[in-house]
Amino acid sequence: MTADHTSGPLIDVRDLERTFDVRRRVEGRRRRTREQVVAVHDLTFSVDGGEMVGYIGPNGAGKSTTIKMLTGILVPTGGEVRVRGLDPSRQRVELARRIGVVFGQRSTLWWDLPLRDSFDLLQKMYRISPARYRENLDRFVDLLDLGAQLDTPVRQLSLGQRMRGDITAALLHDPEVIYLDEPTIGLDVVSKGRLREFLRALNRERGTTLLLTTHDLQDIEALCDRVIVIDHGTSVYDGTLAGLHAQGGSTRTLVVDLVDEAPPIDVPGAEVRKVEGPRQWLSFPSDASAAPIVAAVAASYAVADLSIQEPDIEDVIRDLYSRGA
Amino acid sequence: MASPGPAQHLRTYGQIAWLWIRAAWQYPTSFVLLAVGNGLITGLDFVGLWIMFSHLSRLDGFTLHEVALLYGSASLALAVADTAIGSVERIGTYIRTGRLDQMMTKPVPLLVQVCADQFTLRRLGRLTQAAVVFGWACTYVDWTPLRVLVAVSMLVSGALVFFGLFVGFSCIQFWTTDATEFANAFTYGGATVTQYPLSIFPREVMVGLTFVIPVAFVNWYPCLYLLGRSDPFGTPDAFQFASPVAGILTMAAALLVWRTGVRHYTSTGS
Amino acid sequence: MLHVAVATRTFRRYATYRAATLSGIFTNSVFGIIYSYAYLALWDANPSAGGYDSQDAVTYVWLGQALLMTIALWGGGTTDDLAERIRSGDVAIDLYRPVGLVGWYLASDLGRAAYHLLTRGFGPTLIGLVVFDISLPGSVLDAGAFAVSLVLAVIVSFAIRFLVASTAFWLLDQSGVKVMSGAFAIFISGMMLPLVLFPGWLGTLANALPWASYVQVPADIWLGKRQGTDLLAALGFQVMWAVVLIAACHGVLRLATRKVVVQGG
Repeated sequence: MTADHTSGPLIDVRDLERTFDVRRRVEGRRRRTREQVVAVHDLTFSVDGGEMVGYIGPNGAGKSTTIKMLTGILVPTGGEVRVRGLDPSRQRVELARRIGVVFGQRSTLWWDLPLRDSFDLLQKMYRISPARYRENLDRFVDLLDLGAQLDTPVRQLSLGQRMRGDITAALLHDPEVIYLDEPTIGLDVVSKGRLREFLRALNRERGTTLLLTTHDLQDIEALCDRVIVIDHGTSVYDGTLAGLHAQGGSTRTLVVDLVDEAPPIDVPGAEVRKVEGPRQWLSFPSDASAAPIVAAVAASYAVADLSIQEPDIEDVIRDLYSRGA
Repeated sequence: MASPGPAQHLRTYGQIAWLWIRAAWQYPTSFVLLAVGNGLITGLDFVGLWIMFSHLSRLDGFTLHEVALLYGSASLALAVADTAIGSVERIGTYIRTGRLDQMMTKPVPLLVQVCADQFTLRRLGRLTQAAVVFGWACTYVDWTPLRVLVAVSMLVSGALVFFGLFVGFSCIQFWTTDATEFANAFTYGGATVTQYPLSIFPREVMVGLTFVIPVAFVNWYPCLYLLGRSDPFGTPDAFQFASPVAGILTMAAALLVWRTGVRHYTSTGS
Repeated sequence: MLHVAVATRTFRRYATYRAATLSGIFTNSVFGIIYSYAYLALWDANPSAGGYDSQDAVTYVWLGQALLMTIALWGGGTTDDLAERIRSGDVAIDLYRPVGLVGWYLASDLGRAAYHLLTRGFGPTLIGLVVFDISLPGSVLDAGAFAVSLVLAVIVSFAIRFLVASTAFWLLDQSGVKVMSGAFAIFISGMMLPLVLFPGWLGTLANALPWASYVQVPADIWLGKRQGTDLLAALGFQVMWAVVLIAACHGVLRLATRKVVVQGG
């Protein structure tokens, strides 16, 4: 690796813009009208080598459009993308040697042939040296526990095994960055756990950069130190997972079980959200301490039980979305 | 690392194709049925010509073995092209299923991947049948060294012309996937035309088959030379040696259309 | 009526592909032109080959192009849906429905054929009429008989395609058989070359097989080659094959049902 490649961020996205022309048939008009749909708008972020980034957002937010522009499948209509200093759409084939892509529900493996055959072909397509290939294959097969499946036709593999096969396929050529689109979709809990463990190890041992789109927030919690939330084509949050909780104006909830029914509790720093018989829900900012509130409640009311609910990350993101809308 | 050249691409093509052949062998019954069925289609094609000749001795002045030379050479060129380009006619499906996107993330030129994808030897049937007919017709040719040269260049150029037509017209699918049959009129239509002496068509059609869809160069012009005939339309004799030019031009045009198509795809994403 | 509803639905389904239909008509017409010139050259060399004159021959070409999709000569049509349902195993549900499977798919295929007749049948016919001055049926009786013959052609073709699709019960995949059967049909139906030109025993055989009902019989009726009792014989020939083949469909289905039941679907 030469120095000019390692200077600057690995992925650099600036003011990225992507619009689509959509033809739509309008009721009452014979001609279809053209309409511009903005898929990605004013998107800026950068990722350094070795980061593990969760790229999340609701369906149609522009996630896959972004990934397509990062891999060179789609040309931006505005702004700039650089991956390792390369312009993906112009230097797509060159870039392809340095990246790995896994599209969650579509396999690149040869359906009717043993797993090993697909890997062998990839060695040739990427021109991986035989020594490096053997070394990588041994390592990944060991880590992903695929040894017994190497000589099984892909069509006979389970969904989890196939996904592990696809991830191996995307990594054999030592990519610097790997894009994973919904890698755990449809997998059982054990498979998900094993996959996450593998990705962590990969990042730790080889410094492989990871960009992950997912609906499974546990993937994010297990893997990513950084989250980029995209909505309506633009980034609405970029930072740590913990920061996301705070930033979302997120609140924790104090659940109070009173001995008797009572009118809404009135204490400073907290607000009653819901009353149900003797049980009341009080919300307070995540970054505030619970102690003074608990003390205030206990001082004025007869309390049977208390518990604190941590904010749900889904709620946090939903909050962000609704604010962005 | 030196950037890979055509030889490297050809090797990669072969490696992908080989994997597909092995995959197809997992279903030997279907494989054999498809190969035999394909041979049958083209075999019956020739039986049709033969039946035609049971009602006449000359078709527009051409004898059966002369027509067989036309038919065999075009069919051979088509079979070679058809075998080589595999799935290029299925681009529309690849776009719809996202397979094209997957291919675009691989460090091998897209056209190499698309052509090698789902490579199948089922056209072996057509290849064999065409070779037999061509071989038989060749025994009636009065060979000279130059005629041998023209014959070889005819087969290579013919394959290039068909390759170009299939790639070029398949690119329509980058713009619309509804009109795939439209392309058949030019690809398979062009192939059908070459089964007959082109003199049966009016002059305007002939001009189109020379300059627009240049299938006349696949077999008609060079065969006139092999048979020592002059062109009934009176086109210059130079045309009889121009097949390589037509082949290269068609290929170049097709590659240009292909590049435009891919660029359209990457700029519209659909 | 249920079957009418099924047919109508299929008609509508096919009617949504307008660009595909137009490009199909274009392609049929290009092939019509190519074959017209080939036949003209043939009949120029032998003006009474097969008992046709050159106008008969060119008319035959355009009728063939018009019928190509209507009778789904290459195979396919709604029986492809059946093959797909067999492959996926969904057919097990169909087999337990109170409605007969053969009737259901036949109705659906007639709906498809009606759409293809109106578009890809009339389109090339019109072009042949304008460009090559093809002949029209000589009498109202001939025209009516042609219409009946056409329906019978679709039924016979449907039955054969149904049998081909049914091979998926045993082979899982119909594609190999479909390609073989399609190639054979193109040749033996008279699509490639009129059966009247087939010499000796080959001609006798081809004219006796069900595929003759696809193109040769309807075309001969259109051209007025079958009159009086001969016309009745022609239609009777189609009816005979339609009955035999539909019965065969039912028989195969019964065997298949037993197989599906034994294997538990």
